[in-house]
Amino acid sequence: MAAPITLHLEFGGGAELLFEGVKDHQVTLPSQSQPWDMKQLLVWIRANMLKERPELFVQGDTVRPGILVLINDADWELMGELTYELQDRDTVVFISTLHGG
Amino acid sequence: MCQVDEEYSEQLEKRTVPSVSQNCVKCKDGSAVLIIRAGDAFCRCCFKEYFVHKFRAMLGKNRVIFPGEKVLLAVSGGPASSAMLSQVQEGLSRDAPKKLRFIPGILHIDEGGACGQSLEERERSTAQLEAIFRATGYPFHTVPLEQVFELPSSVLEAAASAPQRPDGSYKAAVDQFLQSAKARGSSSPGEGGPDGDPAVREAQVRLSRLETRDAPNGPARLGLGRSEDLGRLLSSVRTLTAKEDMLQTLRHHLMVHTARTHGYSKVMMGDSCSRLAVKLLSNIAQGRGATLATDTGFSDPRYGDVVIIRPMRDYSSKEIAFYNKMFGVPSVFVPGLDTKASDKASIPLLTESFVTKLQTDFPPPSAPSTGPVRSYARSTLKQKKPLPSTPRWCLRGCLRSGSLGRPGRPSAGGAAPRGPAGRGLWSRRGHLLLLPHVSLGCGAPAPPDLRSLLCYSCRLTVKDMSAVDTLPPYIVSEAEHRSHRLRMKQEISEFLLDEEEEDDDDEEAA
Ligand SMILES: [Zn+2]
Ligand SMILES: [Zn+2]
Repeated sequence: MAAPITLHLEFGGGAELLFEGVKDHQVTLPSQSQPWDMKQLLVWIRANMLKERPELFVQGDTVRPGILVLINDADWELMGELTYELQDRDTVVFISTLHGG
Repeated sequence: MCQVDEEYSEQLEKRTVPSVSQNCVKCKDGSAVLIIRAGDAFCRCCFKEYFVHKFRAMLGKNRVIFPGEKVLLAVSGGPASSAMLSQVQEGLSRDAPKKLRFIPGILHIDEGGACGQSLEERERSTAQLEAIFRATGYPFHTVPLEQVFELPSSVLEAAASAPQRPDGSYKAAVDQFLQSAKARGSSSPGEGGPDGDPAVREAQVRLSRLETRDAPNGPARLGLGRSEDLGRLLSSVRTLTAKEDMLQTLRHHLMVHTARTHGYSKVMMGDSCSRLAVKLLSNIAQGRGATLATDTGFSDPRYGDVVIIRPMRDYSSKEIAFYNKMFGVPSVFVPGLDTKASDKASIPLLTESFVTKLQTDFPPPSAPSTGPVRSYARSTLKQKKPLPSTPRWCLRGCLRSGSLGRPGRPSAGGAAPRGPAGRGLWSRRGHLLLLPHVSLGCGAPAPPDLRSLLCYSCRLTVKDMSAVDTLPPYIVSEAEHRSHRLRMKQEISEFLLDEEEEDDDDEEAA
């Protein structure tokens, strides 16, 4: 049984609008038998945080194309993307690059 | 500086994607923090160097900005234009041999009125932006979009373009600039200090006192009742595609006008290559093929005396977002027409979604992230010859010059029969400037039918409008002017020498 973990989530580039305009969120993921990974985090965000238009944030089991993800300030493409195993006090940043000018 | 926690590396072994333990492809030493092209992993330091270098290289390679020239930076507050501003600051403040040497000013067009923002919201984002601008020390202009209703119709006249400087003169101009800077009293080369050449610095100090808002504060700033005009205009445009198109046209005219009023000869826009790829494809989809090259190229000379340049066109939106995040470049999210719209709401949005998916699903092996789109663009741009349906009056370009045609040849246009399209007024290069308008035949001063004057694409946009008289006066009066000329042209056409043969020969030879 893995202990609950606390994460710092940050939304930017307009993605925050899907979260009531709030950029910074401290969230605690409940304990579960498996360690939390990014794929599960997205499911959790969709179920617990997204107030409207979830398709503008998640599509299929991943983020909508055009939304960048940084895990602890590094490109998630370097970290295994959806398979990255989250650690307590990780920072995950989502930046929308869609229609920015 | 280049360190990243490496505690995650073990569980990544099984993946085929590069893992965080990967080293930077450039210095081979620092641990990578991002992948900018498929497979190219950069560490933080090398990424910064790469990003900063690319900006100066882009300007250096193109050599369009002369030392001491006034350049207006169009900053929306979004990531790309904010990154552009930070690169200008970086480039002007360096004591490097490749230092930038122009005189910057900032233009922000407040489009809140078009996007349904309240006055308070607009004031708030404008204040945030102005704080950023003030910190740069550059003069800045905040112009509400509503001001398009006060533009003079001369904005649509292409002023004579700046005298062509021969290629070799760039270096001479740089040398001369350096010498005169020296003469003005800096004793040694390093003397310029962190802020660069004394001449530029002095000019900047002088200019920064001129900080302007182009109208008084508060509601009056929005141009006295002009907000209703803007509201009526936009609500008469029925589709989001046409609205976005209209907005882009108005924005361009306002930029050019502001540049002219304040003596700037260049306007820098922050279009990234991701953005330009979207623009390019949606232009094609909207029938704007004719202005593709100017809409997406590095330098856009269509306005003559004011040249638009796009120094960010080699950056992907990913590079920009990472740079801003890593190096704390401030930007302000200003909602647009399309904020939170579905990706099927308009042609540009649909295209953006397509391009983004394309880039995500098929990252090209070692090309910049818009590889596929770029090669498509290249092949499109290679077709130099205008399509048969080449523009009539395009709101987006081909401005009216003093006379329709070459000076000294009063009828240079020549009214030539053109296949089924019939007679029209053609420029020497074969662009159809005007098409006769049948309903004007009776001689009564009918209100100009804007649609019949416009190019295919602008016509589509105008067709989506319920009331054409909501357009800003400068456009309406230009339309009147054009249909008047056309009528005159028709009346005197039988007395004109017929040049159509010659014109056709020219065209075929070209
Ligand atoms: Zn490196
Ligand atoms: Zn047009």
